[in-house]
Amino acid sequence: MDAKTENQRGWLYVLPVVVLVACNAVIPLMAVVNYSVQETFGNNVFFFEGVKWFQQVLHSERFHAALLRQLAFTGIILVIEVPLGVAIALAMPRRGPWVSVCLVLMALPLLIPWNVVGAMWNIFALPDIGMLGRLLNGLGLNYNYTQQPFSAWATLIAMDVWHWTSLVVLLAYAGLSSIPDAYYQAAKIDGASSWAVFRYIQLPKMKRVLTIAVLLRFMDSFNIYTEPFVLTGGGPGNSTTLLSIDLVKIALGQFDLGPAAAMSIIYFLIILALSWIFYTVMTRGEGQS
Amino acid sequence: MDWLDNVWTTVAAFFAWIPWTWQTASFFTFIACLLIGMTLWELRSPGGAPRRGVLALDTTRGDRLFISLLGSAFIHLAWLGFFGTPLWGAVILSIVFALAVFRWL
Repeated sequence: MDAKTENQRGWLYVLPVVVLVACNAVIPLMAVVNYSVQETFGNNVFFFEGVKWFQQVLHSERFHAALLRQLAFTGIILVIEVPLGVAIALAMPRRGPWVSVCLVLMALPLLIPWNVVGAMWNIFALPDIGMLGRLLNGLGLNYNYTQQPFSAWATLIAMDVWHWTSLVVLLAYAGLSSIPDAYYQAAKIDGASSWAVFRYIQLPKMKRVLTIAVLLRFMDSFNIYTEPFVLTGGGPGNSTTLLSIDLVKIALGQFDLGPAAAMSIIYFLIILALSWIFYTVMTRGEGQS
Repeated sequence: MDWLDNVWTTVAAFFAWIPWTWQTASFFTFIACLLIGMTLWELRSPGGAPRRGVLALDTTRGDRLFISLLGSAFIHLAWLGFFGTPLWGAVILSIVFALAVFRWL
């Protein structure tokens, strides 16, 4: 009986979060769903169009191209940032005065506002006056991110890796710090190699924080807007026009609310499905252990 | 109570700001009914603890509802992309999918 009473009280504790989520997520989502099936010419007058905008988006080559670019971008940064973050966390000291120094240095990129990061890299990588651009061209590489799609992509990925690998490092480091010394002592007695210690002690202990890191980086990179917009504006041509940049162009540039809302819903469903798949795959079997 | 009136007015303004159609209102009413139905089902016959299905996933009733709704959304999008309108085929497929998820997943 007592357990039942406590459970009911629990609902009250959750209520403020439910109200908050309703106001900042559910109600705007309801508005987007309504826009996605209607057409407007202004003055708050709407005409029902059914699923026409969804059909248009699903058959749009522009949407397919932006989605492919988005998937490629997210895949590349996950493949780079997660192993790199774990490697840096493994190399960081666990004790002593350097711990604080390393942690502060790692946290610094995360403290810089996204538009500032974009502006910094925009100037840093300019081929004529930027330090990186001049260095690469001085080394004999033909680098110009304002005109070459490959250079633009390389710069975009380098910027994201610089900005966000720290998050993976800090999360992985927190996972590593929680491993008791007894585990390492037992491994040493057994004569375990460094790889065996990583594979059978450190990696399993980091699994939960790495799940969070992968999910956060996946969702953030799939939603990324400010940094690529400030760095390349989606160019050269459309080569770095990711989904969010394309969406803003349709919604605010062309003021096509219906197609933009339909695209938003498809975009949201893709993020939701992929996040669920990531989470399910990474936490599979945890219930057994 | 004044504060309650203010909250109610704000919430009502939120909803009035949305350009509703009867189709979208029906859709959200259906989702709300599903959530209420699931709550009543759990209260009447508790059994929402995770269980292991054919895909070796541990899912609760809520998880299965989520998978059914998300899957149905993609079934509708795929149908729309490949066959266009009407969407009755997608509706039937979604119902079959949801029944399969609740029975075997």
